[in-house]
Amino acid sequence: MTGKLRRLLLARRGGRSWHWTDVASYAYLALGVLLMFGPVLWLALSSFKTPAALLEFPPSLLPMAQSEVSVPGYPQPLPLFRVTMEDGSVRELAQVRRVGILAQMVDPKTPSQTIRVPTDRRTPVRHMALAVENYTDPLTQFDFLRFLRNSLVVTVVATIITLLINSMAAYALSVYEFRGKKLAMLGVIGTLMIPITIILAPVYLVVTKLGFVDSLWAVILPGAATPTGVFLLRQYMLTIPRDLIEAARMDKASEWRIYARIVMPLSMPALAVLAIFSVMWRWNEFLWPLAVLTKTEVHTLPIALNAFQGELQTQWHYLLAMTVVTLLPVALVFAFLQRFITSGIANTGMK
Amino acid sequence: MTDTMRSHGEPARGPSAAAAAVTTGGANALMRLTDPPMRAVQRLIGAARMPYVFLLPNLVFFGLFVFLPIGINIVFSVTGGTALFPAERPYVGAEHYARLLDCGSYLEAASCREDLFWRGVGNTLTFTVFQMVAMVLFSLITALVLNRPIRGRGFFRAVYFFPVLLSPVVVALIWKWILQRDGLLNAVLTTAGGEKILFFVDPGWAMFWSVFVSVWAHMGFYTLILLAGLQAIPRDVYEAAEMDGTRPWRVFHRITLPLLWPNLLVVLVLVLIRSVQVFDEVFVLTGGGPGTATMMVVQYIYTTAFANQVQNFGLAGAASVLLGVVLFVLTLIQLFLTRRRAS
Repeated sequence: MTGKLRRLLLARRGGRSWHWTDVASYAYLALGVLLMFGPVLWLALSSFKTPAALLEFPPSLLPMAQSEVSVPGYPQPLPLFRVTMEDGSVRELAQVRRVGILAQMVDPKTPSQTIRVPTDRRTPVRHMALAVENYTDPLTQFDFLRFLRNSLVVTVVATIITLLINSMAAYALSVYEFRGKKLAMLGVIGTLMIPITIILAPVYLVVTKLGFVDSLWAVILPGAATPTGVFLLRQYMLTIPRDLIEAARMDKASEWRIYARIVMPLSMPALAVLAIFSVMWRWNEFLWPLAVLTKTEVHTLPIALNAFQGELQTQWHYLLAMTVVTLLPVALVFAFLQRFITSGIANTGMK
Repeated sequence: MTDTMRSHGEPARGPSAAAAAVTTGGANALMRLTDPPMRAVQRLIGAARMPYVFLLPNLVFFGLFVFLPIGINIVFSVTGGTALFPAERPYVGAEHYARLLDCGSYLEAASCREDLFWRGVGNTLTFTVFQMVAMVLFSLITALVLNRPIRGRGFFRAVYFFPVLLSPVVVALIWKWILQRDGLLNAVLTTAGGEKILFFVDPGWAMFWSVFVSVWAHMGFYTLILLAGLQAIPRDVYEAAEMDGTRPWRVFHRITLPLLWPNLLVVLVLVLIRSVQVFDEVFVLTGGGPGTATMMVVQYIYTTAFANQVQNFGLAGAASVLLGVVLFVLTLIQLFLTRRRAS
């Protein structure tokens, strides 16, 4: 398709292959790639840096760490430097200690002899080092696994409930004619206008009354019925041939059986779109969990990240690594379902 | 709906036959478990009343978590005290509304009794205006570029789209890391001979980056809507214009823009609705600061109801009702526009 259009364009322009607008387009796209991917790439690279490397300014692109050597006679490994000697030769020396602008150094090969070197004549020897402990430490030091588990539970359970009750409502609103149908539709449209942002405190009251405060149910339940989901599924179910349903009724299938064994399987594509939406909403949800989950044990990942970055001494090395972990599932889902998601959104105009 | 969504009759295929068998087995077991009680219900009330049964769970959720809260919110807004339960709250009439709307001059937040609320309103307005312009401009340009016959269109579309899926907290942290004092951007600035800028200490910069980051995060979504609109424009219209030798700018002005206008309008209203409610990214990025320079209306509501020492549900409720009225009007406009686009 693209190739054909291109040939069409080239033919029109009488063999000139590059119009200035083509150049401008590709330049714009290249800049876009840098601006959109760059920050995420920078996050990923930074998340593998040691705390010391994170403090460096200007920062190095790749996660680097200073090389160290064990020198006989010294209990600790010593940092390695490249030193320009007075005669102009360059040697690799290990630093024992630094006093003012002078550094005491030893050659690892001849450890008995110390050399004094001005500090401005040495540059650290560095190698690429991935600080994997940024990822492994939070697992043991903080309740990171618990946050991960909380987020997973909320996402999975909420998505299942959403799919079930939204599809039931959509089934009722698409297959049947009944008294009050218009009113029910109006109710669904009405909820579209009431984002949780403007009813935070009252929903909090309802959740308290139900006894869900500081449990994951407080996050799972309030958003489970979505007007978006009902609309999406209803629109799709309307296209299911009525004959199929009539035939099933002839065979004495119950209405529930028709819903569960005929309409649901046929609505799989729409259910899949809603499932992806729901997973996205739940995994990323922030304001409501922030308001209702006050205990650390029930924090979901975004809330935990926010709490963590708000602390006085932000431990960026851990924070960056946890951010990557939070981002990873979404990135994977997107990588595999990209076309599906984009066409789903383009065609429904929802997110 | 997409092409894939139009085709019916294909059962869900599992990754393998074994998995499919397990799924079918599970579905069968579930059916055996749920069908008898539902069948009994149907016998009891008759098939004609079954739609109510199907509607019930969803409506219970809507009732409990949307409609009931709207009512409680209104009660909150006309009662005082710190109690959460409406029955324990004394009636105060329109006091909260009067407090929110009591201003020497509406153009000067400092002259208002509840100056924080008006600062929030002012910041949200500033944010909304800049964000709408930037969002529409960049998503339109991107959609126009992506609509050209370029190589790797799918890849580029994905590049612009993927931040839409990221959590607002993740988005904010990514940029916070870049914009901090010793961050990547300041490194680039100093290497280029400039000086470090403390982006989150300067009110102007803080607002700029709030707008920038939210455009970065969401423009892919609007680009998709506009791209779909562009691709729906019949090709022969362009071919006819080309035959007549119409200049490209005139083609854009006289063909593309008018035909895209309905989509553009929907995007405008959607951006408007979302930016009036902006909270997540800005809150994590700047915390509303410096001072109150990027504190938005929703943050004011959240703080008043939850984060302050004294939880003032009445005042937060009144502010919510005011915000709700604005959103209600905006959503009506959106529904009207969407319906017109559909017909």
